[in-house]
Amino acid sequence: MTEAEIRDKVYDIIVSKMGVNKDQIKPESKFSDDLGADSLDTVELIMELENEFDVQIPDEDAEKIGTVQQAIDYIVKK
Amino acid sequence: MFEGKIAVITGAARGIGQAIAWNLAAGGADIVLCDIKEEWLQDTAEGVRKTGRKVWCFELDVTNTEAVQKAFNDIAAATGTIDILVNNAGITRDGLLMRMSEEDWDAVLTVNLKGTFSCTKAVSRIMMKQRSGSIVNIASIIGLMGNAGQANYAASKGGVISFTKSVAKELASRNIRVNAVAPGFISSKMTDALSDEVRQKMLEAIPLSRFGNPEDVADVVSFLAGDRSAYITGEVINISGGMVM
Repeated sequence: MTEAEIRDKVYDIIVSKMGVNKDQIKPESKFSDDLGADSLDTVELIMELENEFDVQIPDEDAEKIGTVQQAIDYIVKK
Repeated sequence: MFEGKIAVITGAARGIGQAIAWNLAAGGADIVLCDIKEEWLQDTAEGVRKTGRKVWCFELDVTNTEAVQKAFNDIAAATGTIDILVNNAGITRDGLLMRMSEEDWDAVLTVNLKGTFSCTKAVSRIMMKQRSGSIVNIASIIGLMGNAGQANYAASKGGVISFTKSVAKELASRNIRVNAVAPGFISSKMTDALSDEVRQKMLEAIPLSRFGNPEDVADVVSFLAGDRSAYITGEVINISGGMVM
């Protein structure tokens, strides 16, 4: 999967989980401040990323994923 | 009242679990029965069928977190959703502390407390997605007042009560309510076997001067499971004939 494909998928997941429009999402958007995620949203998002990309994201890594770009970078690295 | 709702009850083979299943079915819910051996569920299932509601039976060992997760996925696949979970599965292994084995301690904590954790965790993912749900945990007045010879049981039920309150806070924003009931002395094979003298002593401690029956508990569970208690979460209701106030 290319980075662009991953980015597309991550954006789709954010749209479905957070109920925001795709054009509101920027790479530097913070899930909590910019996209209005509460702590449960963030947990759900991480779980959805795990499902969608078939990866395990341990808690210590999940804590470091604060922005959209950080999520994409993490998936690309995996 | 519960038309179109799916309710899952653990430990549904007999006693309080069976009464809860029949009560919810009488209210119109379709019922998923779970117990450690599927064949034990036949009586309860027959009673649900008599009400005209649908019934599914699942073999479930609540002590195995992985198996619980898989079972709840299977249940949701079979029924389409889960609206109500009643964590009823529980055991006792009584004994005075000085003679209580580590095995008896672990067995009671694992079924009563960890089992409640595992089932609640598994169902929370489903209820989070649908943005609604009601979870009712069966605690005990022993979890509030303690009891000589039941340190393990008391600890497990006290744990269920504080677990209920914590999870109620976590899930409230998703319209998922989590409550508990704390039954007192409920008529069962155990209370039937008591001597008249012991029975008399116990009754003296109960202001309503009778033992409860499983239906007394099931009625309150149905209340907490449904919309009539829409503004109640993190609550523990004693069903003890006034023994605990």
